[in-house]
Amino acid sequence: MLHIKCPHCGMRSQNEFSYGGDASVKRPELNKEISDEEWDNFVYNRKSLRGKHLELWQHLSGCRQWIKVERDTATHEIFNTYKADEEIS
Amino acid sequence: MQKYSIFNLVKNAFSNHENWDLAWKDPTPKEEYDVVIIGGGGHGLATAYYLAKEHNITKVAIIEKGWIGGGNVGRNTTIIRSNYMHDENALFSEFGMDLWRKMSQDLNYNVMFSPRGIINLAHSDAQMNTYARRGNSMRLNGIDAVLLNREQVKEIIPMADFSENVRFPIFGGLMQPSAGTARHDAVAWGYARQADSMGVDIIQNCEVTGFDITAGKINGIRTSRGNIKTKKVGLCVAGSTNILAEKLNMTLPIETHLLQACVSEPVKPILDRVVTFGAGHFYISQSDKGEMVMGGDLDGYNSYAQRGNLPTLQHVLTEGIAMMPFLSKLKMLRTWGGIMDMSMDGSPIIDKTHIDGLYLNCGWCYGGFKATPASGWTFAHTIAQDRVHELNAGFSLNRFSTGYLIDEKGLGTKTWIS
Repeated sequence: MLHIKCPHCGMRSQNEFSYGGDASVKRPELNKEISDEEWDNFVYNRKSLRGKHLELWQHLSGCRQWIKVERDTATHEIFNTYKADEEIS
Repeated sequence: MQKYSIFNLVKNAFSNHENWDLAWKDPTPKEEYDVVIIGGGGHGLATAYYLAKEHNITKVAIIEKGWIGGGNVGRNTTIIRSNYMHDENALFSEFGMDLWRKMSQDLNYNVMFSPRGIINLAHSDAQMNTYARRGNSMRLNGIDAVLLNREQVKEIIPMADFSENVRFPIFGGLMQPSAGTARHDAVAWGYARQADSMGVDIIQNCEVTGFDITAGKINGIRTSRGNIKTKKVGLCVAGSTNILAEKLNMTLPIETHLLQACVSEPVKPILDRVVTFGAGHFYISQSDKGEMVMGGDLDGYNSYAQRGNLPTLQHVLTEGIAMMPFLSKLKMLRTWGGIMDMSMDGSPIIDKTHIDGLYLNCGWCYGGFKATPASGWTFAHTIAQDRVHELNAGFSLNRFSTGYLIDEKGLGTKTWIS
């Protein structure tokens, strides 16, 4: 069982959260010329590496906020959690 | 190579079975090979076997980081089927069914193929309609499909919950009678033994650390046991695909996820089919040892852990108990996990890449085991002829950018959507 520290609500069980995938993926900017390759990278292509992974979770059965979680994909250790709009240095 | 037969069994009994040949050798890597297959799982071993058998290419090495058959081919729930609606998946899998039927004879190794049939349960009228449609599509592609009503299903699996007041009553089901199970380890060992006997080098405990690429062409690979020159490299590494893709500066439509399976304590024969729950994701069969073999959903987040987490197991077994209440009385014997190469549309990729001489075999999602022979056969063809076979032409890498997705059931990486 993962325990995720929601930046709004505190430490909660994994059961309250829903997974949202790689948080480093950026949607192509609107009102700009966007190539097929850019769309392809945004919609389908993922790094999905072993080790540190920044990902989106939604606190679905809690505050319903989307958050960012930095987790190790091999050990499941969670290093840090951030609010969705928080800048990560 | 010694043939496995009743005569050899009797003959070797006189020497207390101490003089059997090794099933495969343990060679040191040579300097150069015609083809190097990375990944000594079912698909890699099958590819090497068909390269030797169908294309006479025997200067082949299989490079395996751990030991052969230690990954997903040894971790699956052994289900073999071809109950697909879309042509690409249906024709490919049905071609594989033919190879499965002949496999024990072909490999001179008993893979215990047991075509006991698979039943997908339906829990609403709408689901019966979609099953009728899928069944018709299957039959048009020459695959056996039978639509069963509630009474017919009850006759076959009376132990399922047929009471009226359940959340997901059983309306009927779609059955593929020729589907079944096989002994998964035997598949890996059978392919390994035959490939080895035809001259393929199976190199274990050897990790690939890099690739030598010049001017868009592959020249060799770097491994923990030295450099190997080769003009052709096939990637068959399932859940580790993204790790190797990074070394190749490729980003793929693949995410690595964890899938769990479990077996109960062994009980007397009760279930002689493979059954899947239609209102969720749960599948069950009974092994020859009597264990109930069960599996279901991904753990739901990117993972390389090869071990499971309890919330998903609880979720999956809740579905199992809803379908077959007697399961609640059984003790769990083992649970385990494997790392899946989940493609974005739930269908595999067997294709060439933009690097000359580099071939890709990945994206097997939930269905890698049953695809073992067909995957090996078509991947061997793709590598040997440097072009895709019509059976795997649909499983292209560029289908995501061109829009030719094969969205069989929408079962990709995003389980939270499906």
